[in-house]
Amino acid sequence: MLRVNGLRIKITAEPGSARNNKTGSWRVERRPEFRQKDCIACRLCILVCPEGIVAGKEKNSFKTDYLYCKGCGLCAAVCPKKDIEMVAEETESEK
Amino acid sequence: MPEHLLSPGHTACAGCGQSLAARLVLDAAGPNTIIVNNTGCLEVFSTTYPDTAWEVPFIHSLFENAAAVASGVEAALRQSGKLAEVRVISQAGDGGTADIGLQALSGMWERGHDILSVCYDNEAYMNTGIQRSGLTPTYTSTSTSPAGQSSTGNPRPKKNIVEIAVAHGIPYVATASAGFPLDLQKKVKKAMAIRGPKFLHVHVPCPLGWRHEPEQTYQIARLAVETGLFPMIEFENGKISGRYLIVKPKPVEDYLKPQGRFRHLFKPAAEAALKEIQELANRNIERYGLLKTAGS
Repeated sequence: MLRVNGLRIKITAEPGSARNNKTGSWRVERRPEFRQKDCIACRLCILVCPEGIVAGKEKNSFKTDYLYCKGCGLCAAVCPKKDIEMVAEETESEK
Repeated sequence: MPEHLLSPGHTACAGCGQSLAARLVLDAAGPNTIIVNNTGCLEVFSTTYPDTAWEVPFIHSLFENAAAVASGVEAALRQSGKLAEVRVISQAGDGGTADIGLQALSGMWERGHDILSVCYDNEAYMNTGIQRSGLTPTYTSTSTSPAGQSSTGNPRPKKNIVEIAVAHGIPYVATASAGFPLDLQKKVKKAMAIRGPKFLHVHVPCPLGWRHEPEQTYQIARLAVETGLFPMIEFENGKISGRYLIVKPKPVEDYLKPQGRFRHLFKPAAEAALKEIQELANRNIERYGLLKTAGS
């Protein structure tokens, strides 16, 4: 905290506090669906996700975090086994 | 410790090549890293007040002086005997590296600071509205070099920042791409093991500025390499020591066509410009010996 003329100004931030910002609300049309059927655990989806939210270790265990997923579709585009599919986003009532 | 050192919740566009590359770089560098960042997209989207997406110490400098600030951080670490465990990364976009930040960067390289500088090259000032930079390729349509009736886009060639770095005589210079994530991380690890100034030039597609679909980021990054337009090369102590060899170079059209910023090149009147870009790729392939032959 920095004090200027009696004002307290926050000048540092908690590491990783951007997590407060749930960017999943950016998704409007489509979201990735991890089918977990033909996965070979190549980890390419983990490497290319711009949000760094795809996680998994064993074959057919990979998933993303819809709280933050912006629905860019990169994971589905790079999957060599076509095991990630972009599907229509659920409407508000379905969620 | 979190799995990645750049957290979600940052405000990069969907499919941002820079955000995926920055995470790969930092994950490879490890948690004992201090980051100094020029002004640019990366700094803006990762540190929206009052939050930060960084899990490591991060300092935002001015647009032109991240390298100078990083030099100070490195000098302080050296003085207090901590440089063995804590490493410094100075990072910027293409404008912050090759245009506005070049003077401080050149000084940092010349003084021999033990710092890795990373340039995330999305080939224009994307944060402020896609104005051309010194690293914008020839015939790119940007907001300050718009293609139209009497223009085929940016009339100037892309500055060869890699050879500018090599000319400083620094021990390690390499190019990498968001389309080759493991290669990128390998180069970061290699660079971090070397003491002295290092430079890593990373090609990162920008769906907004390049006008392609967000899911094409990876594919387009790869095409830039596979056509020869973005050579993936390494220099150690001034000598080329590594190159990504291309078996059969793809025609530059494969790379240009999916991008709106090159749409004007596919009109009959722009045939000569298209040919020139192909020649540019051919020259890269020849200059850096990128063609895979039976012996290589």
